[in-house]
Amino acid sequence: MNAPAAPQSEDELAALIDKAVSDRAPLSIVGGRTRGSIGGRGNGAPLSTRALTGITLYEPAEMVISARAGTPLAEIESALATKGQMLPFEPMDHRALLGTTGTPTIGAIAAGNISGPRRVSIGAARDHLIGVRLVNGYGDIIKSGGRVMKNVTGLDLVKLSAGAFGTLGVLTEVTFKVLPRPETAMTLSLDGLSAQNAVSAMAEALATPFEISAAAHVSANASAPSLTFLRLEGFSESCTYRAERLSKHLDNFGTLRLLEIDEGTALWQRIRDAEDFAGSDFATVLRVHVAPSKAGAIVDIAHANKASIMLDWGGGLIWLGLAQGADASETIQRISEAGGHPMIVKSAVVTLPVLTPASPAIAALARKVKHAFDPHGIFNPGLLAGHI
Amino acid sequence: MSAIAFPAPDNTIIVRRDEIIAGLARLVEPECLVTGDDEMRPFETDALTAYRRMPLAVVLPRSTQEVSAVLRYCHDAGVNVIPRGAGTSLAGGAIPQEDAVVIGISKLNKVLDFNIANRTITVEAGITNLAVSAAVAPEGFFYAPDPSSQLACTIGGNIGMNSGGAHCLKYGVTSNNVLGVKVVLIDGTIIDLGGDAMDVPGLNLLGLMIGSEGQLGIVTEAILRIIPTAEGARPVLFGFDSSEDAGACVAAIIAAGIVPVAMEFMDKPAIEICEAFAKAGYPLDVEAMLIIEVEGSEAEIDASLARIVAIARQHGVRVVKESKSAIETAQIWKGRKSAFGATGRVADYICMDGTIPTGQLPYVLKRMSEIVAGYGLRVANVFHAGDGNLHPLILFNANDPTEQAKAESAGNDILKLCVEVGGCLTGEHGVGIEKRDLMGVQFNAADLNQQLRVRAAFDADWRLNPAKVFPLEGRTS
Repeated sequence: MNAPAAPQSEDELAALIDKAVSDRAPLSIVGGRTRGSIGGRGNGAPLSTRALTGITLYEPAEMVISARAGTPLAEIESALATKGQMLPFEPMDHRALLGTTGTPTIGAIAAGNISGPRRVSIGAARDHLIGVRLVNGYGDIIKSGGRVMKNVTGLDLVKLSAGAFGTLGVLTEVTFKVLPRPETAMTLSLDGLSAQNAVSAMAEALATPFEISAAAHVSANASAPSLTFLRLEGFSESCTYRAERLSKHLDNFGTLRLLEIDEGTALWQRIRDAEDFAGSDFATVLRVHVAPSKAGAIVDIAHANKASIMLDWGGGLIWLGLAQGADASETIQRISEAGGHPMIVKSAVVTLPVLTPASPAIAALARKVKHAFDPHGIFNPGLLAGHI
Repeated sequence: MSAIAFPAPDNTIIVRRDEIIAGLARLVEPECLVTGDDEMRPFETDALTAYRRMPLAVVLPRSTQEVSAVLRYCHDAGVNVIPRGAGTSLAGGAIPQEDAVVIGISKLNKVLDFNIANRTITVEAGITNLAVSAAVAPEGFFYAPDPSSQLACTIGGNIGMNSGGAHCLKYGVTSNNVLGVKVVLIDGTIIDLGGDAMDVPGLNLLGLMIGSEGQLGIVTEAILRIIPTAEGARPVLFGFDSSEDAGACVAAIIAAGIVPVAMEFMDKPAIEICEAFAKAGYPLDVEAMLIIEVEGSEAEIDASLARIVAIARQHGVRVVKESKSAIETAQIWKGRKSAFGATGRVADYICMDGTIPTGQLPYVLKRMSEIVAGYGLRVANVFHAGDGNLHPLILFNANDPTEQAKAESAGNDILKLCVEVGGCLTGEHGVGIEKRDLMGVQFNAADLNQQLRVRAAFDADWRLNPAKVFPLEGRTS
């Protein structure tokens, strides 16, 4: 396969898109190529943002950072770390799960609305995305939002771009609101809970004023019992106080065990990156977005299909790993019927739709919105299938 | 004396008024249809009272199905529609026109579901912002966005304008606190966007709907995220000899890794006006004041405040006054939240809403004083210092038509300044009619055309809130 086109500037990118529009030649937009086919399988000529790099603005006192889309995530995170700040939504790194190489880019984090464990408390990538520049399917360079966190000037094309997987245009520059890195983090574990009880325990913890920053449940397997984790972050005296209060509050679920700091750090990375689902044991890996009150039903479906599970976001995100030979299609259908929103992250069966289709009325509207950006269907044909 | 133009009303619609009213009367109960001049008077303007237009009729539906029937009727009959929450828009977002039907959502005010396990509440969109917090307070929760008009303003209006408030520095604005909405499109189609789960996959039409100012559809229900109420909260007043010192203190607090739940700024004129009204104990001998609120247990509050006070001392703070009781806390916030009302008692005013990068605060404060003084007027400043969302109140005498024109010109100059320093025209009030003609200052033709095409995907015939948000010139259909 030829190396993808990798324009060096926004203008060069716009010119390239202009040509693709005149030729009616579809493009598949790629960043660091770490996410494989999440969002769907595109079938256009690859177009990479990897040469559009560099932090264009960073004002720590204003908690805002802007960078060109191809800037490696690691570069952003290290710049933020020098000022004691971070991307609040803790974006997932897909490389371990999917066995990919390459470098995650900040533009792809925005395009995929990629969030991690802290999403349950502080919001998703899209909640922190405050500005974008993109090239649409007319070859026009468009901006929306900006560098200030309160902005209702015009239609919010920023939020619309987040999670659109590049189907509306090619992001060239993104601006995120950032936050101070917490002084310390404390991870507490409840051992041996069933997934159902874990959902209840996490819901109780998240309903307290003790500012749980993350809540996850790792189910039992042959080598380890099930564990339910709660994370507190902030000033150390405050974390200690909140941990004590939380222990009393949750004592009907068992005793809260405090993890060592390093152990906690490694654990949350493992949960963030769904590392337990890496490797060849799982032919299909799904992520299911669901209301925590319906998580129990999804867990039952998983168990009935002998799937491995992990819960994040207090039960609002459920990872499912299905072994070779399990009926993924039937599992997906039952999850949808139970009120879950499944998305295929990894699959041996390429014919399965990545997402359950949207209702006809919403799909019709979404197609009109797509058409408003990309009238000739140049960008990422095949992605978000059933939705646009 | 109106500087902002309205499109000429369509007489072919106005002559059909009786027929249209008869058509609407078939869809809703008689008490839900308002057609008399006296009864329609409250609907002829919103909080931008300098502009008013009597609508063709007002409909107050009692269900999503009725909203759908009314919209479908208006769509088929070719009648424009003005969605309305409580009519508290400062930007003229709910001002009607003579040829348009107002659809008010005030009768849609029920709580439909409160789910503690999901930390969500499902409400009809006409419920007031404060009623949502009141409904969940007994279980220890609150709804985070808290615009100053929260006693009156509706969730539907908040969604339309993506409202913020004093506490969004920590908890975000409306779009960060809505999981799903039920929307009626112009042709009457009812759709559910988002849902009860976080980040439902698919194109984020939910995010597009929030802040769309009634241009894309009418929201009739919403699933809102609610947050556990902190164990305690304490505001502290910090008085400074200059606005520059106060601004530098705000930047230093954030740089130290502290994000208080609120950081509000007032200058001397605003302090005097609000203190006279609320008797909140504001210091009167300072040039600028910050209200900084922190949350947590008593010990956590003490610890956070110790850090903040130490930073303030490094920036020359002259007065530090902690709230000592719940009553004092309530008075401190009453003073801030009644800033607009209190100002209205001493003068007429227009309230601007631009946002700027906070690093530009000293420069912008200085330039704003110069701009307003250049028109021979006065300005009082209250704003959300943590996020740079300014609310300069330009004081004038409405009985003097030249003063109103000057105030509007000064306001426009200030908003252009906000864009020039890297900010935007509106942080939380919306564009409405007020800033419609300034959109070209912030956006170029390609930006605006993209927004217009998206708008057309929802409402190709410009039926919904048609004279708002986008400049009247350059519209395609």
